[in-house]
Amino acid sequence: MEKKDFNGPVLEAVAVDVLSTWNHQVRLQGVDWTVLPGEYWVIGGRHGTGKTDLLLTAAGLHRPTAGVLRLFGRDVTGLSEGELLQQRTRVGIVFKGGGRMFNELTVAENVALPVCYHRNCTPEEAQEEVDRTLEMTGLTPLAREKAQTLGIDWQQRVGLARALALKPEAVFLDEPAAGLDPRHRQWWVNFLAGLSGRKVTVIMTTNDFAPWHGEGHRYAMITDKRWRILGAQANPPQVE
Amino acid sequence: MYHAYTNYTGRKLMGLLKDLHGMGSLLLITAGVTVTKFNTARTVIHPLIRMQMTRAGYQLLPMVGFLACALGMVVIGQTVMILNSLGAQSYLGTVMVTVVVRELGPLLAALLVLARVGTANVVELGTARALGEVEALEALGIDPIHYLIVPRVIGIALSIFALTVYLILFALVSGYVFAFLERVALLPAEYFRQLAGALIWQDFVLLALKTTTFGMCIAIVTSYEGLAQPLRLEEVSRATTSAVTKSVVGVVLLDALFIIVYLLV
Repeated sequence: MEKKDFNGPVLEAVAVDVLSTWNHQVRLQGVDWTVLPGEYWVIGGRHGTGKTDLLLTAAGLHRPTAGVLRLFGRDVTGLSEGELLQQRTRVGIVFKGGGRMFNELTVAENVALPVCYHRNCTPEEAQEEVDRTLEMTGLTPLAREKAQTLGIDWQQRVGLARALALKPEAVFLDEPAAGLDPRHRQWWVNFLAGLSGRKVTVIMTTNDFAPWHGEGHRYAMITDKRWRILGAQANPPQVE
Repeated sequence: MYHAYTNYTGRKLMGLLKDLHGMGSLLLITAGVTVTKFNTARTVIHPLIRMQMTRAGYQLLPMVGFLACALGMVVIGQTVMILNSLGAQSYLGTVMVTVVVRELGPLLAALLVLARVGTANVVELGTARALGEVEALEALGIDPIHYLIVPRVIGIALSIFALTVYLILFALVSGYVFAFLERVALLPAEYFRQLAGALIWQDFVLLALKTTTFGMCIAIVTSYEGLAQPLRLEEVSRATTSAVTKSVVGVVLLDALFIIVYLLV
């Protein structure tokens, strides 16, 4: 119900301070940022500049230490843990470096878990939906494999399938193509373009803008602890 | 030297208070989540509870059978023989109920589950936390307490209760068999009549309460050590050792509390 009623910005950050999960120091200060529905954002920054902390804070996984952060119009700082969990079903998060799979589960079970949990259905009842997601992400042949037996290229894709299982309105991806071989990297570029074409809001981080030239609607960058929106330029500067 | 000793004691005391506070909070949060999300995601949580019961209960039955036979032979069989030789057969039921039903049965079952399942809990949860799986659950809108801790608490509590019942039955029967083989002049009917006579209804209630409390204590302590604080992979083994020590202390203290309750009823 709530999903249909809200037509405002997906994300609205006003003077938000982002905390580092590593040493609990403030990583970024005074981030102002608005993301409209259907936009495709590419955020660049060198390793260790706070891209992950910013992305996870923006997705509502971490709470900002200062400022106002609204996700689908609701201030996440004022939400209870239960409300925050509910709010997270509207966004999909893809973690970097293998997607943080549930290693003891198969690929299909990883994708079925959020569906079964939130819809209170059995894996058999969720089968059709899971098959569709696996098909979309090219994972059907690996459906019965244990997630931990896959290489990082495929694990990352399972992370995407799991994030898409609940049909989120916005997807947050943390360096989705980092460390992947060129064939897989190209697959990600094409897939995210298709996802954005279906009016899903895409927000991703990268330490290399090169593969994403001309793909995003908006670009931003983190340098020297500063958040800088670059706008819609198709050829953003090199991160390095 | 004196300052070093007081500093050490103070640090340990503060650490103990912090742990007690953390475990108490985790217990209350888990209880709250169990009640408020009783009907949430039944299709996911109920199979997890069954899996925990299989692991902490069914799979430990052979070990419980072995321990019960050993207990029966070493303790009960000899007790029967000694009481018989002293002509104190009339105290047999009271001794058996006090030693096996009230004390050794629940304690042995709890320690067995701690050794086999509690330690695995810390490793699993600690690794999940260290690898970021807990954050991944939160990202999917899944409550980690509901998904990871509630099935363990319910599963382990029910398993220890069930295992204790089996352990007591096996031990009492095997004890009599041992005494019979040693040619003790005691008829089975007389043996079981004395046991039934020594049991009071409070024994059944307190046995259920005691075993489930032991289970909750083990599940909460091991979950707290594995999950409630950020761990690096290399810290998981230390957390496991710490969880075992704290669980044993917790179970023994609870046992002492139940002895007081027994004395009052």
